Amino acid sequence: MSTARANRLTPYLFLAPAGIVLAVALFYPICYMVYASFLDWNPSQRIGEADFIGLRNYTKLFSDAAFRESMWVTIKFSAVVVTIEMILGVGLALLLDRNIRGMSVLRTLFILPMMIAPIVVGLMWRYMYHPTVGIFNRTLTDWGFEPIPWLADGDWAFASIVIADIWQWTPFIFILSLAALQSLPASAIEASKIDGASGWQQIIYIKLPLMLPVLIVTLLLRLIDSFKVLEVILVMTNGGPGLSTEILSIRINRTASEFRELGEAAAMSNLLLIILLILTFAMFIYNKAQEVRAQRMRAVEEEA
Amino acid sequence: MPEIRLQHLRKDYGVLTVIEDLNLEMADGEFTVLVGPSGCGKSTTLRMIAGLESVTGGEIMIGDRDVSQLEPKERDLAMVFQDYALYPHMDVAKNMSFALRLARMNKTDIDKRVKEVAETLDLTAYLNRKPAELSGGQRQRVAMGRALVRDAGTFLFDEPLSNLDAKLRGQMRAELALMSQRIKKNMIYVTHDQVEAMTLGDKIVVMKFGEIMQAGTPEELYRSPANKFVAGFIGSPTMNFLNAELVDEAGTLSAKGDGFSIPLPDARKGALQAHRDRNIHLGIRPSSFAEGPGGLKMPVILSEYIGAQSVLISELGGQRVSIEVNTVAPIRAGEEREFTVQGDEVHLFDPKTEAAL
Repeated sequence: MSTARANRLTPYLFLAPAGIVLAVALFYPICYMVYASFLDWNPSQRIGEADFIGLRNYTKLFSDAAFRESMWVTIKFSAVVVTIEMILGVGLALLLDRNIRGMSVLRTLFILPMMIAPIVVGLMWRYMYHPTVGIFNRTLTDWGFEPIPWLADGDWAFASIVIADIWQWTPFIFILSLAALQSLPASAIEASKIDGASGWQQIIYIKLPLMLPVLIVTLLLRLIDSFKVLEVILVMTNGGPGLSTEILSIRINRTASEFRELGEAAAMSNLLLIILLILTFAMFIYNKAQEVRAQRMRAVEEEA
Repeated sequence: MPEIRLQHLRKDYGVLTVIEDLNLEMADGEFTVLVGPSGCGKSTTLRMIAGLESVTGGEIMIGDRDVSQLEPKERDLAMVFQDYALYPHMDVAKNMSFALRLARMNKTDIDKRVKEVAETLDLTAYLNRKPAELSGGQRQRVAMGRALVRDAGTFLFDEPLSNLDAKLRGQMRAELALMSQRIKKNMIYVTHDQVEAMTLGDKIVVMKFGEIMQAGTPEELYRSPANKFVAGFIGSPTMNFLNAELVDEAGTLSAKGDGFSIPLPDARKGALQAHRDRNIHLGIRPSSFAEGPGGLKMPVILSEYIGAQSVLISELGGQRVSIEVNTVAPIRAGEEREFTVQGDEVHLFDPKTEAAL
């Protein structure tokens, strides 16, 4: 083998271990899951013993009202939390983007919720929502109000998991927005002040449009994450009462462990995976489009 | 009546005082250039006038209005920034019309104004382009256009040409000079480039360490610098400074140094009497040397041929001096030439206070 050829192959040699790990750790489980979704498989069987039933698991899903309900809960949950978190996160970033003493401490405090393990967050909120000894209801009764059935009523339970998720994930949007804000060209904002823009006008006409690329990526990241949420809700409500907070991942978990339908659970996981892939792909395409645009502009600039 | 007055202006950043007590008057319609080395407070002063930097003390009067505590938009000014500060997400037309749109001017008027200004700046073809699709020079013109459509009372420029290459800078400087003649507004221009200051300014304010070293017309600053700093800052090539002693030679005061003695005109005798027999700093502009017989014999160490002029690096009494001469024929290094200096063209400075004598 010539030296040049050997040199060309060297990088692949070094990449190979990572490639193998990736293949084993990523592709094998995915293929396994896809294959399992075509089986009528129950946990007491080995995978080889399960019957192959083709697409029947999928067709069953679409006629299953409980699954459709769970899909709807997931979509509703994602839409609500991501909308509120975006508004709060960006709003907070706009509010806290200034040099006041103690601001760095405040910023660190704001991102604390993100660092707590989801199980702990779930437990914490479950105790706070506790009908009698929880801080919310105790405070309400102390002030002379009726206690609220936080986790016992379907609508309130949904609101409760939304609140917990907002508490935990608004900081994520906040830090990304703040980083975006602080990297905006200071002189453009100064120019807008001279041009007569009020604080609001600076936000609407200059800051938000310039932050938009970061905001779109943040939005997609959060959407992807919110579709996969499990632990907090599992600990807080376990999907109940009824199906009111049964998001897709809880449904999958129950289908596998409670209903012992591994094939059906795999089919649901695949559907979820497809949704997430579409979102990820949207983000990828958006990033690519941005890059192409930047490249085109650079080309024009060089030409000029 | 002076149009803009800075009175006892002060700026502190925490414990650091950048500007202590600045006083300056700018007449109506005057083109004022603030010039000085980096860190001299010129940009801070401009930003305080703009309202982008808070004022620690003192007043900024525009007409008889103290604007020092007002928001930038209430000060009736337009500004051109060093990095142009265009809005990257708006096209050229939108960039230029932003202020007018905020002021809720009607659309046909806006379009008319933008078109007019774009025409004078040669930007008509680019109105639909985003800033990223323009060259540096074009962006610069858009920044200028954005200020011009405003028709504000005062125009501020923060080193607007420093990001351009030398050739373009020369062109834009000329365009700016033409523009300022045409629209006759208050203009305050910050630069570290003394050539820009000399060519553009009706009045030049030389600053150092937050203080005004001298303010005056370009000619005043060049002909009679108030101190050694201004003398060294204004003029290119830089003025030569030599150590000398003021001596009385048979009734005539002379600046006498190692290897030279330059008789001073009798008119200056009275003012200089007090400094007789003392050390002084002697300032001689490179262009004050005239080649001719009977002068100082000086070696040519280096000859920089520029074209019509040559700058010679030479030595006088062990000190480096540069000499600017008209090039008749290129002068070679290693030659020895004779140069005379007229006594009324030299500048004398107190070595301690550096003030002109």
